[in-house]
Amino acid sequence: MTIDAATVQVATSAEARGGGGGARRAARSHRRRGPLASLGLHAALIAASVIAVFPVFWVLVTSFKPDARAVEPTPKLVNQSSLDNYVDVLNGSKGAFLSWFGNSVTIAAMTTVLGLFLAATTGYAVSRFNFPGRRGLMLGFLVIQMFPFAVLIVPLYNILLALGLQGSSIGLVLVYCTTAVPFCTYMLKGYFDTIPREIDEAGRVDGLSPFGVFWRLVLPLARPGLAVTAFYAFLTAWGEVAFASAFLSAADESKTLAVGLQVFVQQNRTEWGHLAAASILVAVPAVVVFYLVQRFLVAGLAAGSVKG
Amino acid sequence: MAEVRYEKASRIFAGSPPVRAVDQLDLEVSDGEFLVLVGPSGSGKSTALRMLAGLEEVDEGGIFIGGRDVTTLAPKQRDIAMVFQSYALYPHMTVAENMGFALKLRGVPKTEIRSKVAEAATMLDLSPYLDRKPRALSGGQRQRVAMGRAIVREPSVFCMDEPLSNLDAKLRVETRANIAALQRRLGTTTIYVTHDQVEAMTMGHRVAVLQGGVLQQCDTPRALYERPANAFVAGFIGSPAMNLKTVPLTDEGAVLGGHTIRLPREVLSVASDEGLREVTLGVRPESMHLVGSDEAGSSMTVELVEELGADAFAYGTIDVNGTPERFVARVDARRPPAMGQQVTVAVHENELHVFHAEDGSRLL
Repeated sequence: MTIDAATVQVATSAEARGGGGGARRAARSHRRRGPLASLGLHAALIAASVIAVFPVFWVLVTSFKPDARAVEPTPKLVNQSSLDNYVDVLNGSKGAFLSWFGNSVTIAAMTTVLGLFLAATTGYAVSRFNFPGRRGLMLGFLVIQMFPFAVLIVPLYNILLALGLQGSSIGLVLVYCTTAVPFCTYMLKGYFDTIPREIDEAGRVDGLSPFGVFWRLVLPLARPGLAVTAFYAFLTAWGEVAFASAFLSAADESKTLAVGLQVFVQQNRTEWGHLAAASILVAVPAVVVFYLVQRFLVAGLAAGSVKG
Repeated sequence: MAEVRYEKASRIFAGSPPVRAVDQLDLEVSDGEFLVLVGPSGSGKSTALRMLAGLEEVDEGGIFIGGRDVTTLAPKQRDIAMVFQSYALYPHMTVAENMGFALKLRGVPKTEIRSKVAEAATMLDLSPYLDRKPRALSGGQRQRVAMGRAIVREPSVFCMDEPLSNLDAKLRVETRANIAALQRRLGTTTIYVTHDQVEAMTMGHRVAVLQGGVLQQCDTPRALYERPANAFVAGFIGSPAMNLKTVPLTDEGAVLGGHTIRLPREVLSVASDEGLREVTLGVRPESMHLVGSDEAGSSMTVELVEELGADAFAYGTIDVNGTPERFVARVDARRPPAMGQQVTVAVHENELHVFHAEDGSRLL
């Protein structure tokens, strides 16, 4: 069903591009698929789905088992399963889980808001205005992406220290923005490029200031692009471990979730059941954010590819 | 209500060498006038309009609206409204919001906005669509919303940048008449850009022809047609285009297809004063007519006959100074010549246009 719709869509866009030959190609894609081809296709898709879903499913299954039963030579779906792990994690007996959760939410939300604001304004400027250094800026953004995180930790640490932000969540937000903003700027610039300039011009003639055009016309029209970018910025901050463990203070209650989860991994043993339960709890907000933006996601990711 | 004046206004695009998209434009549009800027693509007509709207900088000279120097003002300070080729409607707003947006920004009370939008919508047959988004409208309806957005503001000048070129042929003719009627009714000064010379001739009180950023001529449609200032205007205005050929001069006139067409003495004396041995002769297709083979005229080999119903046009070649040159002549639609036929054409000598062979300026 989904596949059929996708094929038709591909055929239509091919038709739009190809002009004359389009009708013939569309007719071919509407022809029924042979039973063998259909079987093979579905088998491949089911296999791919299982590979994608199974690990998450197994984490869910494990999260209900006691630590001692979590890893066994003959795994069972249910083995002394209960909600105990969740209770332990949430009531704080395994570490300040709720504080970590709060820290992660605050830091990810601040990264999303600040990163999106910076990326949107930068992306709009790069998309619409011609200024000295415009090409250099975009090239710089591209090059910055190529540095591995590990290389950046020491210099960023020194900078945060000099700014007096070492150990604070604001400092970590700024660090996340350094990775999120260049990428988000690229994405949003691409999206803004698909919004016709005449709309800006109509707005200016109608009486808007340049910022008014951005705020009242371009941003509302870029909502799909903004949603995708917000999701990316959120994820950048939400699951990140290396920067968070380097730049936040060592005190337990100031950790983020990704850092905090390490308490379940100890030198001699790993509390698999608790770790799985905590992981499921960590995944929930990401799923919620994804759910909120998913209707924009397909439109947004495809938007840059075809000229509007 | 205001008159518009371009004073040696230029727009120069950076590059090597820099491009003078609009070069020293001097143009006056009186209050309530409908002026059409026409020219081929790249002639600078849209740039000239955008300079007036404030969307393009003025690098030299100035622009005045109602006597006020607006050269450096922002678009919103110029009291103009613009209709774009792509309409540029705000996709996230309804028709009513689109039309009332400028008033809303100006802080006009809501009830007043609503009544003005309703009034304009009635004028444009848009009343049933006020709550729709632009994507739910047809091309013609969108075009009318774009017009409505301009009308509601009651600006002193309308700027229209090829507002009809996205419509199909039938709707274009219909809308053309509607826009002209609307402009007459509102009496607002209007500058209208088009590449379509039929639009220009039918809509404009006056038409300004641009080429390469330079104003060639600005006059009434009839004057442009009857006395084009140079060979470019002569070739651009009129359909099918005027026959423009460089022909050798003799003591009596110009030689065309073995026949000497007599030219007025003034032309010949100007030509001889300038030492010209050739001139560019312009003959409109309707100034040529078929005559009997025994009568005086140029001999033409017919290659193609276009029958349009009321008219027919014969395309053929006439020998000019040894080489066959293509000509178009209007012929009787009921008795068109056959393809390949050898015919004799005569020209109405009082309808001739003669231009300088090199610089294209009018000699007669």
